[in-house]
Amino acid sequence: MSVQVDNIRKTFGPYTALDDVSLQVKSGQLTALLGPSGSGKTTLLRIIAGLEYADEGSGRIQFHGEDVTEMPAGKRKVGFVFQHYALFKHMSVFENIAFGLRVRRENRPPEAEIADRVHKLLKLVQLADLGGRYPHQLSGGQRQRIALARALAVEPEVLLLDEPFGALDAKVRKELRRWLRQFHDEIGLTTVFVTHDQEEALEIADEVVIMNQAKIEQIGTPQEVYDRPATPFVYQFLGNVNVLRAQVLAEARARKPGSIAFESEGQVYVRPHDIEIVPYAPDQPGIAAVLRYIHAAGPQARLTLEQVQTRETVEVETSRVTLAGLDLKVGDLVNLRLRQAHSFTDDYTI
Amino acid sequence: MSASAPPFLSTKRAPIRVSGPRVIRNPVWVRWLFMTLALLFVGCFLVLPLAAVFTEALRKGFGPFFAAFTDPDMLSALRLTLLTAAIAVPANLVFGVAAAWCIAKFDFRGKSLLITLIDLPFAVSPVISGLIYVLVFGLQGWLGPYLGAGDHPWFGEWLNAQDIRIIFAVPGIVLATIFVTFPFVARELIPLMQAQGNDEEYAALTLGATGWQTFWRVTVPNIRWGLFYGVILCNARAMGEFGAVSVVSGHIRGVTNTMPLHIEILYNEYNFVAAFAVSSLLALLALVTLLLKTLVEWRAQKGLT
Repeated sequence: MSVQVDNIRKTFGPYTALDDVSLQVKSGQLTALLGPSGSGKTTLLRIIAGLEYADEGSGRIQFHGEDVTEMPAGKRKVGFVFQHYALFKHMSVFENIAFGLRVRRENRPPEAEIADRVHKLLKLVQLADLGGRYPHQLSGGQRQRIALARALAVEPEVLLLDEPFGALDAKVRKELRRWLRQFHDEIGLTTVFVTHDQEEALEIADEVVIMNQAKIEQIGTPQEVYDRPATPFVYQFLGNVNVLRAQVLAEARARKPGSIAFESEGQVYVRPHDIEIVPYAPDQPGIAAVLRYIHAAGPQARLTLEQVQTRETVEVETSRVTLAGLDLKVGDLVNLRLRQAHSFTDDYTI
Repeated sequence: MSASAPPFLSTKRAPIRVSGPRVIRNPVWVRWLFMTLALLFVGCFLVLPLAAVFTEALRKGFGPFFAAFTDPDMLSALRLTLLTAAIAVPANLVFGVAAAWCIAKFDFRGKSLLITLIDLPFAVSPVISGLIYVLVFGLQGWLGPYLGAGDHPWFGEWLNAQDIRIIFAVPGIVLATIFVTFPFVARELIPLMQAQGNDEEYAALTLGATGWQTFWRVTVPNIRWGLFYGVILCNARAMGEFGAVSVVSGHIRGVTNTMPLHIEILYNEYNFVAAFAVSSLLALLALVTLLLKTLVEWRAQKGLT
């Protein structure tokens, strides 16, 4: 089921959490709402779920063409998984999952069917034996999966997850997010999850919605947003970046120092792995820089260099094989060439 | 879940360490000095009076002790105390849950004012609490003239015919008791509910539960031990309240005397055995309350680990 958000605004007193936000989530896709804390991503998710309401008269939420803006959460057919799971502490895992079926007034399934559904869901989240346990007897990852099973028990048409891996340690988090991707492919439910971790969003989402300061900055596939960031914010949020003065670039093209008038103002964004290091030669194009540090732990070597002209630092990432070929020492003078750079007025490539 | 231990558990005493790490171990004489001081204090101010109550009550044997409980005035005082508690405790239970719910789960204007008002009965002397009611409902009070039988144009005929008495009557005693025991349940629940947050309630709502289902199936089970604890404290105070009740009661024997007031009368009449016999009943109530409290804490802790 598709989710359509039109011109939603939400304010808490003087603070604006969402400023005229519009978004379309395609049916059956796994969409990530990505942004720093305070960007409004969780508020947007809660408004889609019906746990918060948008400001009076601001916009509309539609599920598959049906207006649900005023509909209470319980009627929207959404499954919501909370960051801290919000499992019912006083109920067993079985009762937690059965809750959504038991509270039904109309067409409440008979006890045998409830038991059957719960066992199927427990098997689906690969925790078939844990029905009799209580939430405090489970690990963080297990609680997360029980929360997911509980949300799925009411057969939602949209699944919403708020920072689903936020409270887990790094290793479990990686396992669980791959599991979530597979799980999504199996059940094919329209899913939206909130995260502040760009790696997580880029790894598992079909589509990434990048938010900042109550607004959406860009919507696109992980590759699109990484390769063609629409705004300086997106560029900086998705991975490391060097911000160079545009005049440095102009000079790098021309070479002879001081030979051209510097007209270009503003800044240029370059990813550390888009910079090539070549041995220094005075008449060759490139930015002259001095090598300051080499961090060679891990598959990639990270180099810190200082530009000769501006004394600004540049980070460069290169494979360790290339680095060995260059035979560099700290203090060496080199030329930097930019394979790809971005200026948000037009693209430069050298 | 360790994060959500009810606040009343935090007062739990640490076990006495006999062999701690060397750096924090005090010389033997210091330990003995402090232990002796603490025990002496507890002995003089808690154990001794309690023992005195029971010894005095049984000074002349069991005969006079039980005779004190067959006195019709005493029975009437007991009935009135039970009646007062039976009204005040449920009233404050409902109020306390409602107030704690509002304060912990919602943000609204005047919230801090409400919290302060809930604490008011703790802050003012019980005698003042009683006087407030005399001032409002007494014959010369603000509402007094309208309560008795009379001819007030904006009251109905039926209401005019009623001779409603609040001060020096049972309603006054109940009102004063409700006022004095007002904060117990709410005070117990507010920090507990604030610590628990709203997520479980929200989860229940997204799963299709109605407001009442959420309240009964999620909120109440989560606060049950704190609630029970608040209720037993409230009950103990409701039965033992003296000051406020004394002001509004009028001390009419067999009509407006509660147990604490009855004890005072007996004592002033030099009827020590009867006074202490009735006192021992209240002291027993206190012991039962403490026992229940310990049980609740033990049970709540077991449920959490």
